[in-house]
Amino acid sequence: MTASALVEHQRIDQLQMRGIVKQFPGVLAVDHVDFDVRAGEIHALLGENGAGKSTLMKILYGLYHADEGSVLIDGVESSIRTPHAAIQRGIGMVHQHFMLVPSLTVAENVALGLKSSRGWRLDLDVVAKKLGALSERYNLKVDPNIPIWQLAVGEQQRVEILRALYKGAALLILDEPTAVLTPQEVDDLFRVLGQMTEDGRAIIFISHKLHEVLKISHRITVLRDGRRVDTIPTSTATKSLLAEMMVGRPVVLEYQHQATKRGGERLQLNSVSALSNRGELGLKEVSLAVYGGEIVGVAGVSGNGQTELAQVIAGLRPVKSGQIMVDGKDVTAKSPSELQLLGVSYIPEERMEDGVIKEFTVAENFVLQDHGRKPFISAGFLLNLRAIDSACREAIRQYEIKTPGTETPIKSLSGGNIQKLVLARELSRKPQVLIAAQPTRGVDIGASEYIHHRLLDERQKGTAILLISEDLDEIMALSDRIAVMYEGRIVGVVPREQATLRQIGAMMAGAELESP
Amino acid sequence: MIENILAPSVFATCLRLSTPYLFAGIGEMFGQRSGMLNLGVEGVMLMGAFFAHYVVLNTGSLLLGVIAALVVGLVMGVAIAFVNVTLKAEQGISGIGVYLFGLGMSELLFKTLVGTPRSVSGFPPLHIPVLSDIEFLGIGQIFFQHNLLVYVAFALVPISAYVLRRTPLGLMIRAVGQTPEAADAMGINVARVRYMTVIFGAMMAGLAGASLSIALLNVFQQNLTSGLGFIAIALVYFGRWRPVGVMSGALLFSFVNALQLQISAIGIDVPSEFAVMAPYVITIIALVFASKQTEKPTALTKPFDRGE
Repeated sequence: MTASALVEHQRIDQLQMRGIVKQFPGVLAVDHVDFDVRAGEIHALLGENGAGKSTLMKILYGLYHADEGSVLIDGVESSIRTPHAAIQRGIGMVHQHFMLVPSLTVAENVALGLKSSRGWRLDLDVVAKKLGALSERYNLKVDPNIPIWQLAVGEQQRVEILRALYKGAALLILDEPTAVLTPQEVDDLFRVLGQMTEDGRAIIFISHKLHEVLKISHRITVLRDGRRVDTIPTSTATKSLLAEMMVGRPVVLEYQHQATKRGGERLQLNSVSALSNRGELGLKEVSLAVYGGEIVGVAGVSGNGQTELAQVIAGLRPVKSGQIMVDGKDVTAKSPSELQLLGVSYIPEERMEDGVIKEFTVAENFVLQDHGRKPFISAGFLLNLRAIDSACREAIRQYEIKTPGTETPIKSLSGGNIQKLVLARELSRKPQVLIAAQPTRGVDIGASEYIHHRLLDERQKGTAILLISEDLDEIMALSDRIAVMYEGRIVGVVPREQATLRQIGAMMAGAELESP
Repeated sequence: MIENILAPSVFATCLRLSTPYLFAGIGEMFGQRSGMLNLGVEGVMLMGAFFAHYVVLNTGSLLLGVIAALVVGLVMGVAIAFVNVTLKAEQGISGIGVYLFGLGMSELLFKTLVGTPRSVSGFPPLHIPVLSDIEFLGIGQIFFQHNLLVYVAFALVPISAYVLRRTPLGLMIRAVGQTPEAADAMGINVARVRYMTVIFGAMMAGLAGASLSIALLNVFQQNLTSGLGFIAIALVYFGRWRPVGVMSGALLFSFVNALQLQISAIGIDVPSEFAVMAPYVITIIALVFASKQTEKPTALTKPFDRGE
């Protein structure tokens, strides 16, 4: 067999989704949406979190079942009830959370669910060979015999794409594929996507990043609150037009960075090392200082030590060696509650796991840390429910949190509103040092904008802010200085005025900072 | 003294006693590999033991006895899978229910249908020609003079290892136990794989019961298994979810059993309860010191839900 014969695939000239409706308990997730994609085209699906993009695509991939509507492949109505049926019809999907089994090798993950050419025995060598031909064709290098858990995120995505191609996908759905990539890796991905459309494949590109959508797609469909706002050719689209379509009102895309007086050294890390959950050195001799009235952004591809960095400062992960100082005081092995009293506030990246208790009410979550302190305590050991309620009401008003009331379980709020409550709680203690880990991940543009303004206000007040984010735009928009992490180290710190996307991207991939 | 304690017969007994552990443990391992914990192994074993014994008692056919045990396992397996996979029950709790059901039901049936313990003529020793005559180190006696079920149980070990490692089915089982979401997205029917492993596990538990009541002891009485099924579950952990590991554990604990039998036989008095306690103590110690790099199925006891 020649390499070209190995990469043959099915063909879908046109796929149409008509009048798709999907109802979840309490929400109309997708409301009469029409969508179509043609061979050789990249059609971007743009929208905020919760707009219905992923739901619509999961329906197309057979993971969810539509309540109404139909799917037509080349004009013929097709019922796709399972992922198996979708794969059979040439539809492949690269999920936002990769659908790979960590303990299995690359070849085993590809072979998973496929018929073996040897019947009841696995044919991993055949799979590996075919995979090699494909990865050569698209210049996506990967070792078929390595287990997934040993691969970096970017490589895992390559496996996902190769697997979809291996299964003969004529239509590839990519759900937020750039979220975990460095800018250079994004360029590589776009190159591969271009090559795939040249081969006559159709691509659906889900994203909420405007500049990427503008760069790669041919047409753009915008979803908002489960409804299709419009479908337009990319040539007629602009950033501000798309943002307005997504949010439903004009949006500020850039922030005024007011000059502040840089205060004293508030937070200081002296060659801090810590273990990751895997028991390896996840943080390697990190030294960093954050001054009052300054936002230091920490950029990096996820899993390069950012989580460990935030947890070490918040007192949630033991320090192996090194020293952490707050306002000149050694706080190295202090507990989270001691740190809170010293003025350290922490917005955790896993909002639903570490930020709130899902089953608790809004008010209970608001006093999660301060319930034992005045004014929330009376007679020394009783909760002062009235004081809690009124403080919480005030926070809801001030932070524009949309909730039916203080007694509503927090899990029924949207991601943006939950994050606003966490922010209100953490800022209510008037922190000296604020660790904000992924503060706008999964948060809608409106709430993100609000959170960004709040962070800038805190900076104005003289708080030292460490902003950890995988969203480079966010880092570039807010930071005074940018620290880039790679494999547990800080490879360099760049003042924002001197930083370029290209340079930061190279550092995210491990390149040392060139001395000016 | 030492020659008496470590006589070839002790090793032969050790292999024989491994049979129920192997059947039940390997079966349970398949379930756990796919993410399903069945704490009710003991209950299924008791039911399998009773029916195998009862059928042999009435028909004299060992084949029908084995079939009865497998059918009982199948029926209970379907019920367990329905409760745990389809109804997404808490596996720890439903397993205790299965155990108590098997314990009570087998006793009730025994009292109603049989009454007092009666022995049957079970699987006879199968002397393998030539090999069973090897006298060197007692090899013939140790390895080649066992009943059929002993050979079947040991044959199960390489077969299961092969199935897990080298077949698409094994790949599916491992994927479903690790990341059911990923398996689902790849078009695998997670529920179907789990039904298969749970039912297979229960059938093996039934067979494990039969190996006691129509091969090893040739008798049935209430609570015949007395903790064997729970030991089999511990063996799965001890063996780090690998067939060879389960076998090593089975051999180790059967050896402790056999040794204890031998020691009492030559007149030294050791309470038999020690042999019952030993596996768990050893397993917990082994778990404490075992490496964290294992093939533990991360989705163990977690029901799968697409979230639709």
